[in-house]
Amino acid sequence: MGKVIVVTSGKGGVGKTTSSAALGAALAQNGEKVVVVDFDVGLRNLDLVMGAERRVVYDLVNVIQGEAKLTQALIRDKRVETLYLLPASQTRDKDNLTPEGVEKVIAALRKAFDWVICDSPAGIERGATLAMRHADMAIVVTNPEVSSVRDSDRIIGLLDSKTQKAENGERVEKHLLLTRYDPTRAERGDMLKVDDVLEILSIPLLGIIPESMDVLRASNLGSPVTLADEGSAPARAYFDAVRRLKGEALPVTVPGERRGFFGKFFGRKAA
Amino acid sequence: MLTKPRPIRLKGRSFLALSLAPELPFEDWLAGLDDLAARSAGFFLRRPVVLDIDGLDIDKAELRKLVDELGQRNVRVMGIEGARPSMLGPDMPPAMNDGRPASDFEPPPESEADEPEDAAAVETVIPARQAPAQATASLVVTEPVRSGQTLFFPEGDVTIVGSVASGAEVVAGGSIHVYGTLRGRALAGTASNGSARIFCRKLEAELMAIDGFYLTAEDMEPDLRGRAVQVWLEGHALRTGILG
Repeated sequence: MGKVIVVTSGKGGVGKTTSSAALGAALAQNGEKVVVVDFDVGLRNLDLVMGAERRVVYDLVNVIQGEAKLTQALIRDKRVETLYLLPASQTRDKDNLTPEGVEKVIAALRKAFDWVICDSPAGIERGATLAMRHADMAIVVTNPEVSSVRDSDRIIGLLDSKTQKAENGERVEKHLLLTRYDPTRAERGDMLKVDDVLEILSIPLLGIIPESMDVLRASNLGSPVTLADEGSAPARAYFDAVRRLKGEALPVTVPGERRGFFGKFFGRKAA
Repeated sequence: MLTKPRPIRLKGRSFLALSLAPELPFEDWLAGLDDLAARSAGFFLRRPVVLDIDGLDIDKAELRKLVDELGQRNVRVMGIEGARPSMLGPDMPPAMNDGRPASDFEPPPESEADEPEDAAAVETVIPARQAPAQATASLVVTEPVRSGQTLFFPEGDVTIVGSVASGAEVVAGGSIHVYGTLRGRALAGTASNGSARIFCRKLEAELMAIDGFYLTAEDMEPDLRGRAVQVWLEGHALRTGILG
Protein backbone atom coordinates (compact mmCIF):
# COMPACT_ATOMS: atom_id res chain seq x y z
CA MET A 1 0.00 0.00 0.00
CA GLY A 2 1.35 3.39 -0.99
CA LYS A 3 1.49 6.50 1.11
CA VAL A 4 -0.83 9.40 0.39
CA ILE A 5 0.69 12.85 0.86
CA VAL A 6 -1.14 16.14 0.54
CA VAL A 7 0.86 19.23 -0.36
CA THR A 8 -1.08 22.13 1.06
CA SER A 9 -0.68 25.69 2.40
CA GLY A 10 -3.89 27.70 2.61
CA LYS A 11 -2.30 30.66 0.88
CA GLY A 12 -1.80 30.73 -2.87
CA GLY A 13 1.44 31.26 -4.71
CA VAL A 14 3.74 29.86 -2.04
CA GLY A 15 4.98 26.93 -4.12
CA LYS A 16 2.58 24.01 -3.65
CA THR A 17 2.56 22.98 -7.29
CA THR A 18 6.31 23.52 -7.77
CA SER A 19 6.98 21.46 -4.64
CA SER A 20 4.52 18.70 -5.60
CA ALA A 21 6.24 18.33 -8.95
CA ALA A 22 9.77 18.54 -7.54
CA LEU A 23 9.15 16.10 -4.68
CA GLY A 24 7.26 13.71 -6.94
CA ALA A 25 10.05 13.74 -9.51
CA ALA A 26 12.75 13.38 -6.84
CA LEU A 27 11.00 10.33 -5.36
CA ALA A 28 10.63 8.82 -8.84
CA GLN A 29 14.30 9.54 -9.61
CA ASN A 30 15.05 7.37 -6.57
CA GLY A 31 13.18 4.53 -8.27
CA GLU A 32 9.88 4.87 -6.39
CA LYS A 33 6.60 4.60 -8.25
CA VAL A 34 4.92 7.99 -7.91
CA VAL A 35 1.71 9.66 -9.05
CA VAL A 36 1.11 13.38 -8.63
CA VAL A 37 -2.58 14.32 -8.55
CA ASP A 38 -3.74 17.84 -9.37
CA PHE A 39 -6.76 18.80 -7.23
CA ASP A 40 -6.94 22.35 -8.50
CA VAL A 41 -10.01 21.83 -10.68
CA GLY A 42 -10.61 24.89 -12.83
CA LEU A 43 -7.12 26.34 -12.35
CA ARG A 44 -4.84 23.45 -13.13
CA ASN A 45 -1.11 24.15 -13.34
CA LEU A 46 0.62 20.93 -12.51
CA ASP A 47 0.48 19.74 -16.13
CA LEU A 48 2.42 22.84 -17.19
CA VAL A 49 5.03 22.55 -14.46
CA MET A 50 5.54 18.89 -15.36
CA GLY A 51 5.56 19.60 -19.08
CA ALA A 52 2.60 17.35 -19.90
CA GLU A 53 0.04 19.96 -20.93
CA ARG A 54 -0.06 18.77 -24.53
CA ARG A 55 -0.75 15.17 -23.58
CA VAL A 56 -3.83 15.64 -21.39
CA VAL A 57 -6.83 13.70 -22.69
CA TYR A 58 -8.82 12.68 -19.65
CA ASP A 59 -8.65 14.17 -16.17
CA LEU A 60 -9.57 13.59 -12.52
CA VAL A 61 -13.15 14.78 -13.00
CA ASN A 62 -13.66 12.41 -15.97
CA VAL A 63 -12.51 9.53 -13.79
CA ILE A 64 -14.72 10.54 -10.87
CA GLN A 65 -17.75 10.90 -13.15
CA GLY A 66 -17.09 7.53 -14.73
CA GLU A 67 -16.34 8.98 -18.18
CA ALA A 68 -12.84 7.51 -18.28
CA LYS A 69 -10.85 4.78 -16.62
CA LEU A 70 -8.07 5.73 -14.25
CA THR A 71 -5.47 4.17 -16.55
CA GLN A 72 -6.69 6.35 -19.42
CA ALA A 73 -6.29 9.54 -17.43
CA LEU A 74 -2.82 8.83 -16.00
CA ILE A 75 0.02 10.42 -17.95
CA ARG A 76 3.45 8.83 -17.74
CA ASP A 77 6.38 11.22 -17.61
CA LYS A 78 8.72 11.07 -20.61
CA ARG A 79 11.92 11.56 -18.57
CA VAL A 80 11.33 9.35 -15.50
CA GLU A 81 9.31 6.25 -16.25
CA THR A 82 8.01 5.68 -12.70
CA LEU A 83 6.51 9.19 -12.52
CA TYR A 84 2.84 9.70 -13.41
CA LEU A 85 0.49 12.66 -13.46
CA LEU A 86 -3.26 12.69 -12.92
CA PRO A 87 -4.31 16.09 -14.25
CA ALA A 88 -7.20 18.24 -13.05
CA SER A 89 -9.96 19.48 -15.30
CA GLN A 90 -9.60 23.05 -16.49
CA THR A 91 -13.16 23.41 -17.74
CA ARG A 92 -15.21 21.80 -15.01
CA ASP A 93 -16.22 23.16 -11.65
CA LYS A 94 -14.86 22.12 -8.25
CA ASP A 95 -18.33 20.82 -7.37
CA ASN A 96 -17.68 17.88 -9.68
CA LEU A 97 -15.32 16.48 -7.07
CA THR A 98 -17.46 14.26 -4.88
CA PRO A 99 -16.20 12.81 -1.59
CA GLU A 100 -17.11 9.27 -2.71
CA GLY A 101 -15.44 9.72 -6.10
CA VAL A 102 -12.25 11.09 -4.58
CA GLU A 103 -12.17 8.26 -2.05
CA LYS A 104 -12.44 5.66 -4.83
CA VAL A 105 -9.71 7.24 -6.96
CA ILE A 106 -7.32 7.64 -4.02
CA ALA A 107 -7.93 4.03 -2.93
CA ALA A 108 -7.15 2.78 -6.44
CA LEU A 109 -3.99 4.91 -6.70
CA ARG A 110 -2.82 3.80 -3.26
CA LYS A 111 -2.87 0.20 -4.48
CA ALA A 112 -0.93 0.91 -7.67
CA PHE A 113 1.72 3.40 -6.48
CA ASP A 114 4.31 3.76 -3.70
CA TRP A 115 3.52 7.44 -3.29
CA VAL A 116 0.37 9.41 -4.11
CA ILE A 117 1.07 13.14 -3.97
CA CYS A 118 -2.03 15.34 -3.90
CA ASP A 119 -1.41 18.91 -5.01
CA SER A 120 -4.03 20.92 -3.12
CA PRO A 121 -5.60 24.13 -4.41
CA ALA A 122 -5.22 27.26 -2.29
CA GLY A 123 -7.95 28.14 0.16
CA ILE A 124 -9.85 26.08 2.68
CA GLU A 125 -12.85 25.16 0.55
CA ARG A 126 -14.03 21.95 -1.07
CA GLY A 127 -11.01 21.34 -3.31
CA ALA A 128 -8.55 21.80 -0.47
CA THR A 129 -10.51 19.75 2.05
CA LEU A 130 -11.01 16.91 -0.43
CA ALA A 131 -7.31 16.92 -1.33
CA MET A 132 -6.35 16.45 2.34
CA ARG A 133 -9.23 14.12 3.20
CA HIS A 134 -7.42 10.78 2.70
CA ALA A 135 -3.86 11.85 3.42
CA ASP A 136 -1.52 9.85 5.64
CA MET A 137 0.93 12.69 5.67
CA ALA A 138 0.80 16.40 4.95
CA ILE A 139 3.49 18.70 3.63
CA VAL A 140 2.65 22.24 4.64
CA VAL A 141 4.33 24.66 2.23
CA THR A 142 5.06 28.02 3.84
CA ASN A 143 6.91 31.18 2.85
CA PRO A 144 8.85 33.00 5.58
CA GLU A 145 6.24 35.72 5.76
CA VAL A 146 3.47 36.39 8.31
CA SER A 147 0.34 35.91 6.20
CA SER A 148 1.61 32.63 4.77
CA VAL A 149 2.50 31.41 8.27
CA ARG A 150 -0.93 32.23 9.65
CA ASP A 151 -2.69 30.52 6.74
CA SER A 152 -0.52 27.45 7.26
CA ASP A 153 -1.49 27.43 10.91
CA ARG A 154 -5.14 27.44 9.86
CA ILE A 155 -4.52 24.53 7.49
CA ILE A 156 -2.79 22.54 10.24
CA GLY A 157 -5.93 23.02 12.34
CA LEU A 158 -8.02 21.60 9.50
CA LEU A 159 -5.63 18.67 9.04
CA ASP A 160 -6.26 17.86 12.69
CA SER A 161 -10.04 18.00 12.34
CA LYS A 162 -11.30 17.47 8.79
CA THR A 163 -9.28 14.50 7.56
CA GLN A 164 -10.31 10.87 7.61
CA LYS A 165 -7.46 10.10 10.01
CA ALA A 166 -8.49 12.87 12.41
CA GLU A 167 -12.06 11.60 12.40
CA ASN A 168 -10.80 8.11 13.29
CA GLY A 169 -8.88 9.57 16.21
CA GLU A 170 -5.51 9.18 14.47
CA ARG A 171 -3.14 11.94 13.43
CA VAL A 172 -2.01 13.05 10.03
CA GLU A 173 1.78 13.29 10.08
CA LYS A 174 2.61 16.92 9.31
CA HIS A 175 5.84 18.36 7.90
CA LEU A 176 6.83 21.91 7.18
CA LEU A 177 8.48 22.81 3.88
CA LEU A 178 9.79 26.34 4.00
CA THR A 179 10.06 27.70 0.46
CA ARG A 180 11.48 30.87 -1.12
CA TYR A 181 13.85 31.30 1.79
CA ASP A 182 16.61 33.86 1.52
CA PRO A 183 19.07 33.63 4.45
CA THR A 184 20.54 37.08 3.83
CA ARG A 185 17.16 38.77 3.89
CA ALA A 186 16.03 36.77 6.91
CA GLU A 187 19.18 37.92 8.72
CA ARG A 188 18.40 41.52 7.82
CA GLY A 189 14.88 41.09 9.26
CA ASP A 190 13.05 41.43 5.92
CA MET A 191 11.80 37.87 6.28
CA LEU A 192 10.85 35.64 9.16
CA LYS A 193 13.67 33.43 10.35
CA VAL A 194 13.41 29.64 10.28
CA ASP A 195 13.18 29.46 14.08
CA ASP A 196 10.37 32.02 14.19
CA VAL A 197 8.30 30.02 11.72
CA LEU A 198 8.99 26.75 13.55
CA GLU A 199 8.08 28.33 16.87
CA ILE A 200 4.72 29.50 15.53
CA LEU A 201 3.75 26.36 13.62
CA SER A 202 5.40 23.78 15.91
CA ILE A 203 5.58 20.96 13.36
CA PRO A 204 8.80 19.23 12.23
CA LEU A 205 10.81 20.77 9.42
CA LEU A 206 11.11 18.73 6.24
CA GLY A 207 13.33 21.13 4.37
CA ILE A 208 14.22 24.66 3.40
CA ILE A 209 14.07 25.54 -0.28
CA PRO A 210 16.13 28.62 -1.09
CA GLU A 211 14.72 31.42 -3.20
CA SER A 212 16.23 30.85 -6.62
CA MET A 213 15.91 31.77 -10.26
CA ASP A 214 16.35 28.08 -11.06
CA VAL A 215 12.80 27.36 -9.83
CA LEU A 216 11.20 29.85 -12.20
CA ARG A 217 13.43 28.74 -15.06
CA ALA A 218 12.47 25.08 -14.52
CA SER A 219 8.73 25.93 -14.35
CA ASN A 220 8.90 27.77 -17.64
CA LEU A 221 10.72 24.84 -19.21
CA GLY A 222 7.93 22.53 -18.03
CA SER A 223 10.25 20.50 -15.90
CA PRO A 224 10.29 19.82 -12.15
CA VAL A 225 13.34 21.59 -10.74
CA THR A 226 14.86 18.29 -9.59
CA LEU A 227 14.85 17.10 -13.20
CA ALA A 228 15.86 20.37 -14.84
CA ASP A 229 19.13 20.82 -12.95
CA GLU A 230 19.97 18.17 -10.37
CA GLY A 231 22.88 20.20 -9.04
CA SER A 232 21.02 23.45 -8.44
CA ALA A 233 20.48 24.65 -4.88
CA PRO A 234 16.69 24.16 -4.85
CA ALA A 235 17.00 20.72 -6.46
CA ARG A 236 19.48 19.60 -3.79
CA ALA A 237 17.12 20.94 -1.12
CA TYR A 238 14.24 18.92 -2.58
CA PHE A 239 16.39 15.77 -2.78
CA ASP A 240 17.30 16.22 0.89
CA ALA A 241 13.63 16.73 1.77
CA VAL A 242 12.78 13.46 0.04
CA ARG A 243 15.43 11.62 2.06
CA ARG A 244 13.86 13.00 5.26
CA LEU A 245 10.41 12.06 3.97
CA LYS A 246 11.62 8.47 3.67
CA GLY A 247 12.69 8.53 7.30
CA GLU A 248 16.35 9.45 7.12
CA ALA A 249 17.55 11.69 9.99
CA LEU A 250 19.34 14.33 7.99
CA PRO A 251 20.16 17.71 9.57
CA VAL A 252 18.40 20.58 7.80
CA THR A 253 20.64 23.07 6.03
CA VAL A 254 20.04 25.72 3.41
CA PRO A 255 21.89 24.57 0.30
CA GLY A 256 23.97 27.55 -0.76
CA GLU A 257 23.64 29.50 -3.95
CA ARG A 258 26.53 30.11 -6.29
CA ARG A 259 27.03 33.67 -5.19
CA GLY A 260 28.59 36.56 -7.02
CA PHE A 261 31.14 38.85 -5.47
CA PHE A 262 28.59 41.01 -3.65
CA GLY A 263 26.67 37.97 -2.46
CA LYS A 264 29.82 36.60 -0.90
CA PHE A 265 30.63 39.91 0.69
CA PHE A 266 27.19 40.34 2.28
CA GLY A 267 26.87 36.67 3.04
CA ARG A 268 30.03 36.73 5.11
CA LYS A 269 29.02 39.90 6.85
CA ALA A 270 25.68 38.40 7.83
CA ALA A 271 27.21 35.26 9.21
CA MET B 1 -16.72 68.59 23.05
CA LEU B 2 -15.11 65.44 21.96
CA THR B 3 -15.61 62.44 24.16
CA LYS B 4 -13.89 59.17 23.74
CA PRO B 5 -16.50 56.67 22.60
CA ARG B 6 -17.07 53.98 25.12
CA PRO B 7 -16.28 50.54 23.80
CA ILE B 8 -19.22 48.16 23.72
CA ARG B 9 -18.98 45.60 26.49
CA LEU B 10 -19.47 42.03 25.45
CA LYS B 11 -20.57 40.06 28.45
CA GLY B 12 -21.85 36.63 29.18
CA ARG B 13 -24.43 36.12 31.86
CA SER B 14 -26.05 33.00 33.17
CA PHE B 15 -29.57 32.74 34.48
CA LEU B 16 -31.32 29.95 36.21
CA ALA B 17 -34.14 28.75 33.99
CA LEU B 18 -36.88 26.29 34.70
CA SER B 19 -36.59 23.34 32.39
CA LEU B 20 -39.82 21.67 31.32
CA ALA B 21 -39.62 18.23 29.75
CA PRO B 22 -42.98 17.50 28.15
CA GLU B 23 -44.09 13.92 27.64
CA LEU B 24 -46.31 12.36 25.04
CA PRO B 25 -49.25 12.49 24.72
CA PHE B 26 -49.19 16.25 25.21
CA GLU B 27 -52.90 16.40 26.18
CA ASP B 28 -52.23 14.45 29.37
CA TRP B 29 -49.04 16.30 30.13
CA LEU B 30 -50.76 19.68 29.67
CA ALA B 31 -53.58 18.54 31.94
CA GLY B 32 -50.95 17.80 34.62
CA LEU B 33 -49.45 21.22 34.05
CA ASP B 34 -52.88 22.84 34.40
CA ASP B 35 -53.31 20.99 37.66
CA LEU B 36 -49.97 22.33 38.92
CA ALA B 37 -50.81 25.86 37.79
CA ALA B 38 -54.21 25.66 39.51
CA ARG B 39 -52.45 25.07 42.79
CA SER B 40 -50.17 28.05 42.34
CA ALA B 41 -51.32 30.77 40.02
CA GLY B 42 -47.98 32.54 39.77
CA PHE B 43 -45.68 29.58 39.51
CA PHE B 44 -44.60 30.18 35.92
CA LEU B 45 -44.88 33.94 36.00
CA ARG B 46 -41.52 35.72 35.72
CA ARG B 47 -39.65 32.45 35.46
CA PRO B 48 -37.60 31.89 32.36
CA VAL B 49 -38.68 28.54 30.96
CA VAL B 50 -36.69 26.26 28.69
CA LEU B 51 -38.44 23.45 26.90
CA ASP B 52 -36.45 20.22 26.82
CA ILE B 53 -37.73 18.05 23.97
CA ASP B 54 -34.74 15.79 23.70
CA GLY B 55 -35.82 12.29 22.67
CA LEU B 56 -39.37 13.30 21.78
CA ASP B 57 -40.54 12.08 18.39
CA ILE B 58 -42.54 15.11 17.22
CA ASP B 59 -42.56 17.27 14.12
CA LYS B 60 -42.38 21.01 13.64
CA ALA B 61 -46.16 21.52 13.65
CA GLU B 62 -46.59 19.59 16.89
CA LEU B 63 -43.81 21.57 18.54
CA ARG B 64 -45.35 24.83 17.40
CA LYS B 65 -48.72 23.73 18.78
CA LEU B 66 -47.13 22.87 22.13
CA VAL B 67 -45.43 26.27 22.37
CA ASP B 68 -48.78 27.96 21.56
CA GLU B 69 -50.58 25.87 24.18
CA LEU B 70 -48.01 26.88 26.77
CA GLY B 71 -48.34 30.52 25.70
CA GLN B 72 -52.06 30.37 26.34
CA ARG B 73 -51.22 29.26 29.87
CA ASN B 74 -48.88 32.21 30.35
CA VAL B 75 -45.83 29.97 30.18
CA ARG B 76 -43.42 31.83 27.93
CA VAL B 77 -40.74 29.65 26.49
CA MET B 78 -37.37 31.42 26.13
CA GLY B 79 -35.60 28.58 24.39
CA ILE B 80 -35.83 25.01 23.24
CA GLU B 81 -33.34 22.35 24.13
CA GLY B 82 -32.73 19.16 22.16
CA ALA B 83 -34.55 20.22 18.98
CA ARG B 84 -33.22 19.62 15.49
CA PRO B 85 -32.44 22.94 13.75
CA SER B 86 -35.03 22.07 11.08
CA MET B 87 -37.76 22.13 13.71
CA LEU B 88 -37.12 25.72 14.74
CA GLY B 89 -38.45 28.47 12.49
CA PRO B 90 -37.60 32.15 12.93
CA ASP B 91 -40.88 32.66 14.81
CA MET B 92 -40.02 29.97 17.35
CA PRO B 93 -37.95 30.31 20.51
CA PRO B 94 -34.24 29.84 19.78
CA ALA B 95 -32.30 26.63 20.32
CA MET B 96 -30.42 26.34 23.59
CA ASN B 97 -27.66 23.93 24.38
CA ASP B 98 -24.86 23.25 26.84
CA GLY B 99 -27.30 23.54 29.73
CA ARG B 100 -25.94 22.44 33.07
CA PRO B 101 -28.12 20.97 35.81
CA ALA B 102 -28.89 23.16 38.80
CA SER B 103 -30.88 22.61 41.95
CA ASP B 104 -34.50 21.67 41.28
CA PHE B 105 -37.32 24.13 41.65
CA GLU B 106 -39.70 23.36 44.51
CA PRO B 107 -43.16 22.77 43.10
CA PRO B 108 -45.88 24.42 45.16
CA PRO B 109 -47.23 22.17 47.92
CA GLU B 110 -50.46 20.29 47.28
CA SER B 111 -52.33 22.13 49.99
CA GLU B 112 -51.52 25.65 48.86
CA ALA B 113 -54.65 26.09 46.79
CA ASP B 114 -56.81 25.43 49.84
CA GLU B 115 -55.11 28.06 51.92
CA PRO B 116 -56.42 31.62 51.91
CA GLU B 117 -55.05 33.33 48.84
CA ASP B 118 -52.19 35.60 49.79
CA ALA B 119 -51.31 37.48 46.66
CA ALA B 120 -48.20 38.99 48.14
CA ALA B 121 -46.79 35.62 49.13
CA VAL B 122 -47.34 34.21 45.66
CA GLU B 123 -45.62 37.15 44.05
CA THR B 124 -42.62 37.01 46.33
CA VAL B 125 -39.64 35.89 44.40
CA ILE B 126 -36.86 34.58 46.50
CA PRO B 127 -33.71 36.41 45.43
CA ALA B 128 -31.50 34.09 43.47
CA ARG B 129 -28.74 32.94 45.78
CA GLN B 130 -25.26 32.42 44.60
CA ALA B 131 -24.87 28.74 43.90
CA PRO B 132 -22.87 27.03 46.63
CA ALA B 133 -19.17 27.27 45.91
CA GLN B 134 -18.16 24.29 43.81
CA ALA B 135 -14.76 23.15 42.70
CA THR B 136 -14.35 25.12 39.47
CA ALA B 137 -14.08 23.06 36.36
CA SER B 138 -10.88 23.26 34.38
CA LEU B 139 -9.76 22.30 30.92
CA VAL B 140 -6.20 21.42 30.05
CA VAL B 141 -5.13 21.50 26.40
CA THR B 142 -1.72 20.10 25.51
CA GLU B 143 -1.68 21.14 21.87
CA PRO B 144 -1.32 24.50 20.18
CA VAL B 145 -4.56 26.31 19.46
CA ARG B 146 -4.42 26.96 15.70
CA SER B 147 -5.56 29.97 13.71
CA GLY B 148 -9.29 29.82 13.09
CA GLN B 149 -9.98 27.58 16.07
CA THR B 150 -12.06 28.65 19.04
CA LEU B 151 -11.66 27.06 22.42
CA PHE B 152 -14.88 27.75 24.32
CA PHE B 153 -15.09 26.73 27.95
CA PRO B 154 -17.63 28.76 29.92
CA GLU B 155 -17.44 26.33 32.87
CA GLY B 156 -14.13 27.48 34.27
CA ASP B 157 -10.39 27.82 33.77
CA VAL B 158 -8.47 26.92 30.65
CA THR B 159 -4.81 25.93 30.70
CA ILE B 160 -2.97 25.61 27.41
CA VAL B 161 0.39 23.90 27.30
CA GLY B 162 1.37 25.33 23.93
CA SER B 163 0.74 28.49 21.97
CA VAL B 164 -2.40 30.29 20.87
CA ALA B 165 -1.94 31.30 17.23
CA SER B 166 -2.80 34.58 15.61
CA GLY B 167 -6.44 34.32 14.58
CA ALA B 168 -7.27 31.76 17.28
CA GLU B 169 -9.59 32.48 20.18
CA VAL B 170 -9.81 31.16 23.73
CA VAL B 171 -12.98 31.92 25.68
CA ALA B 172 -13.18 30.87 29.33
CA GLY B 173 -15.62 31.42 32.14
CA GLY B 174 -12.65 31.50 34.49
CA SER B 175 -8.98 32.30 34.07
CA ILE B 176 -6.79 31.52 31.06
CA HIS B 177 -3.25 30.22 31.41
CA VAL B 178 -1.03 29.94 28.34
CA TYR B 179 2.29 28.16 28.76
CA GLY B 180 3.50 29.33 25.39
CA THR B 181 3.04 32.40 23.26
CA LEU B 182 -0.37 34.07 23.27
CA ARG B 183 -0.75 35.51 19.76
CA GLY B 184 -4.52 35.29 19.28
CA ARG B 185 -7.37 36.42 21.50
CA ALA B 186 -8.02 35.51 25.10
CA LEU B 187 -11.39 36.27 26.67
CA ALA B 188 -11.50 35.32 30.34
CA GLY B 189 -14.25 35.59 32.94
CA THR B 190 -17.01 35.68 30.36
CA ALA B 191 -19.59 34.50 32.88
CA SER B 192 -19.41 37.85 34.75
CA ASN B 193 -16.34 36.69 36.58
CA GLY B 194 -14.34 39.81 37.27
CA SER B 195 -11.80 37.95 39.37
CA ALA B 196 -10.61 35.88 36.41
CA ARG B 197 -7.12 36.56 35.10
CA ILE B 198 -5.09 35.89 32.00
CA PHE B 199 -1.55 34.56 32.28
CA CYS B 200 0.84 33.89 29.44
CA ARG B 201 4.48 33.05 29.11
CA LYS B 202 4.98 35.30 26.10
CA LEU B 203 2.62 38.09 25.17
CA GLU B 204 1.94 38.78 21.49
CA ALA B 205 -1.87 38.90 21.87
CA GLU B 206 -4.29 40.52 19.45
CA LEU B 207 -6.89 41.08 22.12
CA MET B 208 -7.40 40.26 25.78
CA ALA B 209 -10.63 40.65 27.71
CA ILE B 210 -11.86 39.98 31.23
CA ASP B 211 -15.56 40.15 32.03
CA GLY B 212 -16.24 42.21 28.92
CA PHE B 213 -13.48 44.79 29.40
CA TYR B 214 -10.88 44.50 26.73
CA LEU B 215 -7.49 45.61 25.52
CA THR B 216 -6.40 45.45 21.91
CA ALA B 217 -2.80 44.96 20.87
CA GLU B 218 -2.59 48.67 20.15
CA ASP B 219 -3.57 49.59 23.70
CA MET B 220 -1.05 47.31 25.36
CA GLU B 221 2.16 48.72 26.76
CA PRO B 222 4.85 48.11 24.13
CA ASP B 223 7.35 46.90 26.72
CA LEU B 224 5.02 44.00 27.63
CA ARG B 225 5.46 42.42 24.19
CA GLY B 226 7.32 39.18 24.32
CA ARG B 227 7.26 39.11 28.11
CA ALA B 228 5.57 36.80 30.60
CA VAL B 229 2.51 38.77 31.61
CA GLN B 230 -0.61 38.58 33.73
CA VAL B 231 -3.76 40.62 33.23
CA TRP B 232 -6.46 41.30 35.79
CA LEU B 233 -9.47 43.57 36.26
CA GLU B 234 -9.41 46.47 38.69
CA GLY B 235 -12.67 48.40 38.75
CA HIS B 236 -13.41 49.06 35.11
CA ALA B 237 -9.89 48.85 33.81
CA LEU B 238 -7.60 46.02 32.82
CA ARG B 239 -4.25 46.00 34.57
CA THR B 240 -1.18 44.29 33.26
CA GLY B 241 1.92 43.18 35.05
CA ILE B 242 5.10 41.38 34.17
CA LEU B 243 5.49 38.00 35.82
CA GLY B 244 8.64 36.88 37.53
